[in-house]
Amino acid sequence: MQFIKPFYSHAESRRLVRNQGIKDKLFSVLGVCILLLALMTLIALISDLLIRGIPRLDWAFLTEFPSRKAERAGILSAWVGTGLVMMVTAAVALPLGVAAALYLEEYAKKNWVTLFIEININNLAGVPSIIYGLLALGLFIYTFSMGESILVAGLVLALLILPVIIVATRESLRSVPNDIREAALALGADQWQTLRHYVLPSAWPGILTGLIVGLARAIGETAPVITIGALTFIAFLPPAPIQTDFPYVNFDWLDAPFSLMPIQMFNWISRPQADFHVNAAAAGVILIVMTLLMNGVAIYLRKRLRSPYKG
Amino acid sequence: MSDLIKKVDQAWLQPSERFIKRRAMRAAFMKAILFGCASLSVLVTLGILYVLLSESWAFFREISILEFLTDTQWTPLFEDAHFGILPLLSATLTVTGVALSFALPAGLILAIYLSEFASNSIRETVKPFLELLEGVPTVVYGYFALLFVTPLLQQLMPNLAGFNLLAPGLVIGIMILPYTTSVSEDAMRAVPNQLREGAYALGFNRMQTAVRVVVPAALSGITAAFVLGMSRAIGETMVVAIAGGQNPNLTFNPTEGAAAIPAYIVQVSMGDLPHDSMGYKTIFAAGLTLFLITLAFNIIGQLLKRRFREVY
Amino acid sequence: MNPTLTHPHEHKHEANGSEPRNFADETYEAAMKAATAVRAEVQDLSFYYGDMQALKGINLKLKDRCVTALIGASGCGKSTLLRCFNRMHDLYPGSRYEGSIVLQPDGKNLVHPKTDPLWVRLNVGMVFQKPNPFPKSIYENVASGLKIRGITQKGLLDHQVEKALKNAALWEEVKERLHKPALSLSGGQQQRLCIARALAVEPSILLLDEPTSALDPIATARIEELIRSLEGVMTVLMVTHNMQQARRISDFTAYMHMGELVEFGATEPLFTAPNEQQTADYIQGRFG
Repeated sequence: MQFIKPFYSHAESRRLVRNQGIKDKLFSVLGVCILLLALMTLIALISDLLIRGIPRLDWAFLTEFPSRKAERAGILSAWVGTGLVMMVTAAVALPLGVAAALYLEEYAKKNWVTLFIEININNLAGVPSIIYGLLALGLFIYTFSMGESILVAGLVLALLILPVIIVATRESLRSVPNDIREAALALGADQWQTLRHYVLPSAWPGILTGLIVGLARAIGETAPVITIGALTFIAFLPPAPIQTDFPYVNFDWLDAPFSLMPIQMFNWISRPQADFHVNAAAAGVILIVMTLLMNGVAIYLRKRLRSPYKG
Repeated sequence: MSDLIKKVDQAWLQPSERFIKRRAMRAAFMKAILFGCASLSVLVTLGILYVLLSESWAFFREISILEFLTDTQWTPLFEDAHFGILPLLSATLTVTGVALSFALPAGLILAIYLSEFASNSIRETVKPFLELLEGVPTVVYGYFALLFVTPLLQQLMPNLAGFNLLAPGLVIGIMILPYTTSVSEDAMRAVPNQLREGAYALGFNRMQTAVRVVVPAALSGITAAFVLGMSRAIGETMVVAIAGGQNPNLTFNPTEGAAAIPAYIVQVSMGDLPHDSMGYKTIFAAGLTLFLITLAFNIIGQLLKRRFREVY
Repeated sequence: MNPTLTHPHEHKHEANGSEPRNFADETYEAAMKAATAVRAEVQDLSFYYGDMQALKGINLKLKDRCVTALIGASGCGKSTLLRCFNRMHDLYPGSRYEGSIVLQPDGKNLVHPKTDPLWVRLNVGMVFQKPNPFPKSIYENVASGLKIRGITQKGLLDHQVEKALKNAALWEEVKERLHKPALSLSGGQQQRLCIARALAVEPSILLLDEPTSALDPIATARIEELIRSLEGVMTVLMVTHNMQQARRISDFTAYMHMGELVEFGATEPLFTAPNEQQTADYIQGRFG
């Protein structure tokens, strides 16, 4: 009987294994380095904003209107505008997105219409945000004559984050176990009752997470609202949505011109004077705190509020 | 217990015909509404196409497509007006090139690391962090590129212009890193474990398994990640608008400043353009160009992704 | 193959010497008398998933207010047959029925294409293998069927909820915490809650799809006891993978094999002296 000679001697193969082990380690180190680079970028970005911006951050900065003098300028109109626009965005994007997701996930049959809608939504998610700005400018402002208003800004940002909400809602619906649907249908519920009373309540946490992520994105979006003429120098507030006399709510603010946080920041960056760059940093601190906070809440929610079936 | 068990007379619990009819009507109505909302997305696409095409149509009635595509100058607002998209395109491509030359290798390495090397707990901590990186507003990234990265780079390269394409390119690279990483990681994680086990059984180590087995198996998904990442880099607006400069400049040198397509649109929209002016029409022609390029990349990316899903 | 019909044994419990029933004798007598009435009749029922024929010409009569068990090896079509009764198959594409399931006394064919599956499910209740309570309170779970039917009067809801929970032998355990989440209950309690949920709307037929397969022996015993107590109250059709369970709690048993009904008859005779060799083989554990 003849033995097969091994390719490697014992010592050789040990060296081979050790070398490969080193290569594995090196690769891990490389991966961690890239992570660290990304982490350091984030840290550098935030600390640069903080170092420059914090000294400028005081109560007056929040309660003053923009001004030609950098040290007197504030962001009152910008944050009020952002708040109002976000209200419109959420009010439009949430029902539309949830409804579209419900249809695609629960009703749609596998046919070309459904496929077409799905491909279309995927592509919309990839359309550059500035293109949405052109859509708003050409369609809402010039074709529908809606004016450069809070309503238009809210609408265009809603369209922009619609894919985010649709994707999040669909994922959330998919994670609701089929048991729930079968149980409700077996009790005699029709499909709408099943969805409305049994499936949607279980899917809410995921939908909410999607909405928060979407709004965090919308809050920071600049390009699509520049094209529709968000103003950077605005020394008055839109009419208040709530009033003391009947009917207590007021929708005049929808038609008002507006400013937004990212627009204000962009405007200050674009100025040559370094004083305004300090203002930009201060506005950036507030903006990034808002978006990181919202993203953080979304991440936390996703971790904590997994659907009750996953324990 | 037994006194409660009575002969069942269930008739009074059954809903009336009228209730059933009304309920059926409500269900049909809701289905129609939901369908309407789903098809609204198609309307949005049609709206985008309508706006871009109709305004560009007006533009191309005055400027020939040939001139648009071949003229090497873009000076639509000057006395001596030229309408060649090439300078804007070159800046866009340069920024994208810089961004990808960072995000492509880094994203691939990071994805391999996360999917093949990192433990679950590392992955669970890294993912939210990458999401945060993705969540930073683009205007803040623009600020960072102009006022932090450019001065930093200028210390290394003294001849770097104050507005340049290098800094925004790198920052966009960092920006799209989470996206390319997560899409390619998803692709790699979808590779069935049998393939890995087979490779390990042959005596491959992790590195060899990752590079020779997992990456080739996930190739179409990884390609999709980069194509889609490229589309994002091309469409990214605020970073180039803030840090890239505003002069159209036919160059592929990243140390110079030049206006990219989205930057031009922002610059023109900041001013108050009358509806029928040539300047107004140019932003739609430029927008159409941008839209078509990103659309092509998106479609290719989606097809690759779909193909990947079909394989496994 | 023609299924052999054996007639129910007149006094199976005496002959069998099984434990005494826990409800009044008159109820039992009434149930036995009523047992001659047919609640639903399956006639030449065939069912297809796409091209695959899953049920082949089934004929079966469900006696009123009796427990009928479907037994057979896994994949024999017993769950498929059960799910025909409330048209659960309609939820998934490619399903097709032939023949009929006639519900008495309405005379309506449950599987006719023109019969609204929603109407069917309003009349036929179902309990699934795995307990699947809604992530709501115990009370809301039991009341959900009533609310689906548009019933909102608080008094009526309270009454039905209490009655259903008592019938499902769960009332004593949950009456103090009706508004606590249903998912806080144990697995066995959840399954009894699901039975209560189905009972609350007082369906014509109650379908049980292996209701104890996900439960431990003690919880299983409680559910079996509960199902036995439903005899004489509710027409029950249940699928079980456990022959002894069928023997313990059903009045009638149907043995199925490869989509066909091999034998159907009163439970005791079917187990002690089956007419078909195949049934005998299965019961003696030679296959399946």
